[in-house]
Amino acid sequence: MIDVVVKVNGHERREALEPRLLLSDFLRHTLGLTGTHVGCEHGVCGACTVLLDGVAVRSCLLLAVQADGAEIVTVEGLAGNGELNALQAAFREHHALQCGFCTPGILLAATDLLARGTPTREQIVDLLSGHLCRCTGYESIVEAIAQAAGT
Amino acid sequence: MKPAPFRYARPETVEEAASLLAEHGDEAKVLAGGQSLVPMLNMRIARPSLVVDANRLPLDGIAEENGSWRVGALVRQADPRLLEHPLLAEAIPFVGHFATRNRGTVGGSIAHADAAAELPVCLTLLGGAAVTSSGRTIPAQELFVTHFTTSLEPDELLVATLWPRPAAGFGYAFAELAQRRGDYALCMAAAAAGPRGELRVALGAVVDRPTVVDVDPDAPGRSAAAQVEPFGNLHASARYLRHLAGVLVERAVARARERARP
Repeated sequence: MIDVVVKVNGHERREALEPRLLLSDFLRHTLGLTGTHVGCEHGVCGACTVLLDGVAVRSCLLLAVQADGAEIVTVEGLAGNGELNALQAAFREHHALQCGFCTPGILLAATDLLARGTPTREQIVDLLSGHLCRCTGYESIVEAIAQAAGT
Repeated sequence: MKPAPFRYARPETVEEAASLLAEHGDEAKVLAGGQSLVPMLNMRIARPSLVVDANRLPLDGIAEENGSWRVGALVRQADPRLLEHPLLAEAIPFVGHFATRNRGTVGGSIAHADAAAELPVCLTLLGGAAVTSSGRTIPAQELFVTHFTTSLEPDELLVATLWPRPAAGFGYAFAELAQRRGDYALCMAAAAAGPRGELRVALGAVVDRPTVVDVDPDAPGRSAAAQVEPFGNLHASARYLRHLAGVLVERAVARARERARP
């Protein structure tokens, strides 16, 4: 077991973890943060995407022990005081989700993209190539991210 | 738990990492970005007894060195400094996805040596090299042995790659077709064209390692296609892949020539 200190959605957590525990399973099973979804577990579907020190990463492709000393944001950390943030509100407004399975991963990846400046439509589409959505057909997701970007 | 159990080491120095590899040989696996290794762990295709996490090693710098860029093995594929090379600027958008490029490393992609990965083809086209913990500099064409196999020794860590700077007047281009954006390539071609008619072409995915092909300057696509013997698969027949190699070489060469400046 390896001692890990990690900050998740602003709260410090200390745990002794087995090295083979994936970050996605740590978030879901150890911390009970089931908003991070697990789909393919090999990096293709994007559902498990979280922010690691502000950068979007696949939590299924990271060992939890690798997050030692890092700050993680999951979908549970986006809304403040029960209010949807601008990106989440744009998703609701544009009906950019149906079943919601892919949504947490897309929200976190888009949060990283938007933090880098105003993306072009092409950059939004490129981002979404890494997120499988079987409901909406993507168009409304592109619109929601574009609105949150102010374009 | 998806992966089988393993011991985990997080060395702080290259020497420490190399000595772990020397001690454990083939039983150890180096973890860099993890975008290829962790899927293999999750599916239990790889079952190392020791995972050597390289992420705390001081290998994330980029420096000029004798006309080349020396790119530390841990430089992430999303690093904007890489886009200063026109070939990498065109190839990197094909490497996985936004979030996997954030984590995936240049050194990891080179050491993994997937025959359908973009960065090995680029390194080979440019005549680059890998620098190892034992002090060897291995030219790309000697590094890639076959699919998933390099000439790195089991106790050798890839510490940097050397990317020759763009040559004056040369144009570069990269072309790829995959089934979906971000998937591994069905076929890819990279080309460098010089101001005096120089031409160099490399192919990937339809060959077992990145391969420089000697093309007829008047019929680059056709002559490249004649030199490959691709294996057909569920998604594309051998005949289709050979045709595709010709089309992509033709496109890459045309674009590289347009960008060349006499």
